[in-house]
Amino acid sequence: MIDDITRIVGAAPALIAGASSVEELRAVEADLLGKKSELTLLKKGMGGLDPEGRKAAGAVLNDARESIEAALGVRRTDLERAERASMVATEQLDLTELLELPERGSLHLVTQTWDRLVDVFIGMGFTVAEGPEVETDWYNFEALNIPAAHPARGMWDTLYVDLGDPETVLLRTHTSPVQIRVMTDGEPPIYAVMPGRVYRRDTADASHMPVFHQIEGLVVDRNISFADLAGTLEAFTSAYFGGSIHSRLRPSYFPFTEPSAEYDINCVFCEGNGCRTCGQTGWLELGGCGMVHPTVLTNVGLDPEEWSGFAFGFGLDRLALMRHGVDDIREMYTGDVRFLEQFPS
Amino acid sequence: MKVLLSWLQEFAPFPGDDPVALGGVMSDLGMAVESIERIGEGLDGIVTVKVLELRKHPDADKIQLVDVDLGDGEALQICCGATNLTVGDVVPLATLGTTMPDGMEIARRKMRGEWSNGMLCSGRELALGEDHSGIYILDPSLALGMPVVEALGITPDVLFDLEINPNRPDAMSVAGVARDLAARLGLPFAIPVPTVEELAGDAGSIASVDIVDPDLCGLFHIRVIEGIKVEPSPRWIADRLSALGMRPINNVVDASNYVMLELGQPNHTYDLAKVPGGALRVRWARDGETITTLDGIERTLTGGRDGVIADVTDSAVGIAGVMGGASTEISETTTTVLLECAWWQPMAIARSSKFMGLRSEASARFERGVDPEIVDLAARRLAELLAPSGARLVQGSVSVDGDLSVTPAVRVRTTRVNQLLGTAIATDEIVSLLTPIGFVCAAGADADVLLVTVPTFRPDTTNETDVIEEIARHYGYSKIVGRAPTSAHTGSLTPIQRDRRSIRQVLVGRGIHEAMPLPFLAPGDLARCGLPAEAVTVTNPLAAEESILRTSLRPGLLRAIAYNESHRTDGVSLFELGKVFALPASGETLPDEREHLAVALAGRDATAAANVWALLAQTLGLNDVVIDQSAPPAGLHPGRSGVLRRGGEQLGEIGEIDPGVLDALGLRERVAWLQLDLAVALAAPHGEHRYHHISRYPSSDLDLAFEVDNAVPAASIEAAVRSAAGPLLVTVNLFDVFRGHPIPDGRRSLAYRLRLQAPDRTLTDDDIGGVQRSVVEALGAIGASLRG
Repeated sequence: MIDDITRIVGAAPALIAGASSVEELRAVEADLLGKKSELTLLKKGMGGLDPEGRKAAGAVLNDARESIEAALGVRRTDLERAERASMVATEQLDLTELLELPERGSLHLVTQTWDRLVDVFIGMGFTVAEGPEVETDWYNFEALNIPAAHPARGMWDTLYVDLGDPETVLLRTHTSPVQIRVMTDGEPPIYAVMPGRVYRRDTADASHMPVFHQIEGLVVDRNISFADLAGTLEAFTSAYFGGSIHSRLRPSYFPFTEPSAEYDINCVFCEGNGCRTCGQTGWLELGGCGMVHPTVLTNVGLDPEEWSGFAFGFGLDRLALMRHGVDDIREMYTGDVRFLEQFPS
Repeated sequence: MKVLLSWLQEFAPFPGDDPVALGGVMSDLGMAVESIERIGEGLDGIVTVKVLELRKHPDADKIQLVDVDLGDGEALQICCGATNLTVGDVVPLATLGTTMPDGMEIARRKMRGEWSNGMLCSGRELALGEDHSGIYILDPSLALGMPVVEALGITPDVLFDLEINPNRPDAMSVAGVARDLAARLGLPFAIPVPTVEELAGDAGSIASVDIVDPDLCGLFHIRVIEGIKVEPSPRWIADRLSALGMRPINNVVDASNYVMLELGQPNHTYDLAKVPGGALRVRWARDGETITTLDGIERTLTGGRDGVIADVTDSAVGIAGVMGGASTEISETTTTVLLECAWWQPMAIARSSKFMGLRSEASARFERGVDPEIVDLAARRLAELLAPSGARLVQGSVSVDGDLSVTPAVRVRTTRVNQLLGTAIATDEIVSLLTPIGFVCAAGADADVLLVTVPTFRPDTTNETDVIEEIARHYGYSKIVGRAPTSAHTGSLTPIQRDRRSIRQVLVGRGIHEAMPLPFLAPGDLARCGLPAEAVTVTNPLAAEESILRTSLRPGLLRAIAYNESHRTDGVSLFELGKVFALPASGETLPDEREHLAVALAGRDATAAANVWALLAQTLGLNDVVIDQSAPPAGLHPGRSGVLRRGGEQLGEIGEIDPGVLDALGLRERVAWLQLDLAVALAAPHGEHRYHHISRYPSSDLDLAFEVDNAVPAASIEAAVRSAAGPLLVTVNLFDVFRGHPIPDGRRSLAYRLRLQAPDRTLTDDDIGGVQRSVVEALGAIGASLRG
């Protein structure tokens, strides 16, 4: 019996090495260790041996099985590795051989700019207010201290609509009527920005559209000062344009603010050194601002002795154009996908 | 407003060495410098030469060869593109090495094989106006080789172009700009007193005025000037007017304009001989009254809106504050001038000039408000300017008041100043800021209060805040140290603002681009899109294409698709979030303005829109919305469209654009369409994605195919499956649709896979069989039969 085992163990390596696939190896395994294998039969034949002999034969048999199993395992691993390698070799793909790129949409440049601005102001504690695009004369002009026939009305070329009495309902010329609505409908303290679409009676050209976008900000609280305005705009400027860009205020006139100011920033192209975009001045005019005019506060039922506030506003489209170097505002509004897809985010 | 440095210097000793720095101060005072032009600079190296000979260029038609003499008798060859030269002309030559005002450097160079030793200059090249039609021809008697600056008598000067805000009437004059600037720079400012020799007599016996309507005219001041000889102005006056943008006409008109520019007082000169009795009347115009103005145009006036100056016969001889009349115009025969210096109601002039569409230098000043106290100074200054031609001011004046309000002294509190500005400016510092600009400060009731008398040239300043602005302006905005207010609030988006961002994210992820067509439509646009034509119209559109406010996003997006198709971009997917405007509801003033979302997918059928909708509904958590195809919306494909409905509410429309509409718009591709009224869609609570427990027990799938009539929507089959399957149903998916043999015409097979699972146990065959039986039974009831 020992001889039989020795013979089987001796023959096993050649049989195992002869298997050229995992499948063939499975057959060899059945031949060597399966139910009908010699080793299994020998084990069954051990019943006739005395306890001592059985113990000895059992140990030999077990050693034989283990050595064969180990050899099978090694061979199986080798064969599996080889088979995987040949499969992988046939599965090669050229990752640049693409038939159709998945399409990605895009947010409009105005939306991207809008969201970016709004996010900065939210970070500064502002809420975001909106209002109608068709407005009454009261919200767009009168409440803002611009009575009819006021020379300052010439500052806005207004589009009127055929509703109500002539020239009483209009397409808002700025987002300022939302300020009136916020102050009328709510109560201080107010910290809000109002982005929105505005309209002017303007012929479209490379830098003008009859329809464009603005964002305004309004703060009304106790003891709000011009210094707060300057500080807020400076904080916004570096948050939005980057730390190296600063702001300055210059005296100006708006009927709804006093003192009023122009809001300039360091030219973002030359960082204040002077270039063609900024006309060698190192500054870009961004928008207007000032302390909310006492008449405006009175118009919305707030006592100017108790409350004070500031407001600011600037164009949004121009920021979008500046960021991406677009030289014609009209491009943004044709819906040409060749333009839109250039700005995925 | 343009100002010359030399003119400013007549009022205060401004330094002339750094015009850019001076401009910087003007900007910082709120008189923004739009440009600085250096007159007579950059002309070094440009000299007078005489044309000796003109020859054809052998090799170029548009260039001729010009031999010129610099005074040394030698011929120097220049190539020149101009054709206005004749032999003997004296012209300016930029010699070699000259840097032109525009920065170009002149070098010896060959043009088509011929040497050019300099450049002959046009007026524009010399920065002497806009003329570039030919070479600037000089006086032929001039010596040759003389610097052109000398030849032309150009005095170097600096011209500042300032943007003046509407609240700065004082800065509409050279003197006013000088006053503001001198105050900031701490320089002494004074308006020179005109030296006029007055002629014995009495203006009051020569001229008179009757202010019939005192609410139109606050002050009417008349002086009489005799010995008028109409002739060209002296060169220096003409040059200054030209520099400031006014055309020199004759000495009388020019002196009038000069005084207006210098002192800010518009004035009018009448030929006294043409004013019967020298008598004038000031009144509101009568409706339909006509007058021919100085520009030769007959204008019809409107009663109560326009004001007139009339003569004794009550016929209008001028439009108050806007423009004089032709009938009393100065002419070569004029010998005596009736000079009017008036103060008109600003609002009246603003209204009159706006509605008449007639803006003049005078009206621009009157509507801001001029200084009533300067009228006689202005008159004497005008006489002074005319004196060299022999004109003499007659003694005496006529001065009649209308309604002229006086601003009471303004109470200014130092604490309020600092509270509003965020500064710590002391009271005496306030006094020293205000005094140089003419504000007179007196101590008030307590130490905190100043009583500030506003000068008459600052009618815009009437209250404490106005004065605080002046304090801030002269203190310097840049000196106010910024601080960020501490908001006790936290910023956030509103739910609708968050929803918009989600919507955009979903659509962009689906490969759809956001577009923003203009919200204006042309007449017929709505009808072409199959939509009702009623809409809000624009009263004063610039073009018919912009005369209607959209009631739907459809025309704009379809136009954008057509635009892309016409540029060979097919299969475009666009969306827009924007306002649409319907006529106001009854009793409302403003239109029914709503925010819509629309999606247009070119080259795709209605199912693409339905897929986008499904995704949006899932993202926003909009449940219980059905697609109702029973009444397809106008302008959409009748067989492939429906409305989105939640109960009785209509949220929007979905499907495909009607082929007729596509045809009308010239669109080649079909277009899948989705439109949502966001206010309606997002009004009900939504977006609450509640957690469903995930069972740990195995799930089983049950595939069932039903044959059903085409008229029965798949949505109702699915709804029936859901309700019949009961609580064991986890998901149900339509995985196959089949039409054709052996299914009879008009019917189709719909195959669903139901995933079943129990939260607490493994399913048994009985469980699954039970679900199958109830589903089959329920579907049988709506005409769907299980396929074998």
